[in-house]
Amino acid sequence: MKYIEEFQDPLLAERLLEDIHATVTRPWALMEVCGGQTHSIIRHGIDQLLPEEVELIHGPGCPVCVTPLELIDKALEIASRPEVIFCSFGDMLRVPGTGRDLFQVRSEGGDVRVVYSPLDALTLARENPDREVVFFGIGFETTAPPNAMAVHQAARLGLRNFSLLVSHVRVPPAIEAIMRSPDCRVRAFLAAGHVCSVMGTEEYPALAERHEVPIVVTGFEPLDILEGVRRAVRQLEAGRHTVENAYPRAVVAQGNPAARAMLDEVFSTTDRGWRGIGVIPDSGWRLAPRYREYDAEHRFSVEGITTREPAACRSGEVLQGLLKPHECEAFGTTCTPRTPLGATMVSSEGACAAYYLYRRLGGTTDAPLEASIR
Amino acid sequence: MCLAVPGKVLRIEERDGTRMASVDFGGVVKEVCLEYVPDLRVGEYTIVHVGFALQRLDEESARQTLELFENLGLLEEEFGDPWQAAEDAQRADDAQQEVRL
Ligand code: SF4
Repeated sequence: MKYIEEFQDPLLAERLLEDIHATVTRPWALMEVCGGQTHSIIRHGIDQLLPEEVELIHGPGCPVCVTPLELIDKALEIASRPEVIFCSFGDMLRVPGTGRDLFQVRSEGGDVRVVYSPLDALTLARENPDREVVFFGIGFETTAPPNAMAVHQAARLGLRNFSLLVSHVRVPPAIEAIMRSPDCRVRAFLAAGHVCSVMGTEEYPALAERHEVPIVVTGFEPLDILEGVRRAVRQLEAGRHTVENAYPRAVVAQGNPAARAMLDEVFSTTDRGWRGIGVIPDSGWRLAPRYREYDAEHRFSVEGITTREPAACRSGEVLQGLLKPHECEAFGTTCTPRTPLGATMVSSEGACAAYYLYRRLGGTTDAPLEASIR
Repeated sequence: MCLAVPGKVLRIEERDGTRMASVDFGGVVKEVCLEYVPDLRVGEYTIVHVGFALQRLDEESARQTLELFENLGLLEEEFGDPWQAAEDAQRADDAQQEVRL
């Protein structure tokens, strides 16, 4: 398939690796922001091909992982109501709330449906005028425009039985928060390519300047990731810190103007809590006041929900790059994709799940993974 | 969920006032909303995420990137700025010195 296989070519990967090996002279820690990139890195073993000086730290860019527990509990509460058809992307089903997940709500009689696109939820709303259709709208800047379009279309079509349970998050404020952390070891960022396909690169030069950190917009195939690393290492070794676009086939500086206009129309920025990390100022979107009637939290008044995270789960440290998944005591023992303690073990983009799936035990244990799956 | 994948536009049509396309992902065909990339044409490639085209994939730019990878190292020797190269080498040397010290 075009644009995939070409960017997996092992001979070209060799060239990129040679260049990185020839350039690097001292240790550097790079963070790939996006969970999709984490998955690709672990799957293709890219981190193991890099010189030992280059360490890849996995960032918080897995939307499933950072959606606050409180919002999961609100979703569970709304999905349990008899009048509701609750629509979600598939990977939210097993995300643990306080005590249960959407999968369990469904087995207890809740009408929970997995959809591919938010437009599928709109179709359900049209076909079921006597039911309330709620779409679980989470995700980064890539997922926000589709969800914004669904709300916009609902308004255009006068669909009053559709609403969005929304918790969108944005990458640049997360980068800011990571750089401000006193424990921060990150010296360069591989920015998430598809986030930039939508938003462009305008927000990044100020960040690169303020924190003197190179930011390289990076794609998802193995060669894309190697090129992102190569450019970041070149900048670091030369003492530079600029924004570079290593994914020009899908990213232009101004992003997607139509999508950005729709985001401005439907959402306003807000502080957001990130699961395992805490509140980051201005780091997310909520529905703009003029679309308030499409806000599920407002429509179902699910305030006053209290939450509790399992104490054993260290996903907050994993999400900030302070801990590698296999360093968590629960990894692969009490915490597996079948019995996840934290959201990072659920989604395939979560760092814990990626390590589990590709058997990265980091030499800390010899126990066969199957032994822990009963 | 966050993943977006490239696909090829097979057919475009207007449905309920919305621009939609059939997009082929290596054999799997899905319906995709084109509202955000309205000038996409049949035969072009696009990045698709949860049923929405988010950006056109630029064939020319993809070709250039691959070419750059192919010429890596070679180009630098041929056309690189010798002063910059010398400076980089000096820096690398200095850095190595630091490490040794
Ligand atoms: S392995 Fe499980 S318990 Fe440990 S940080 Fe990851 S999700 Fe949390």
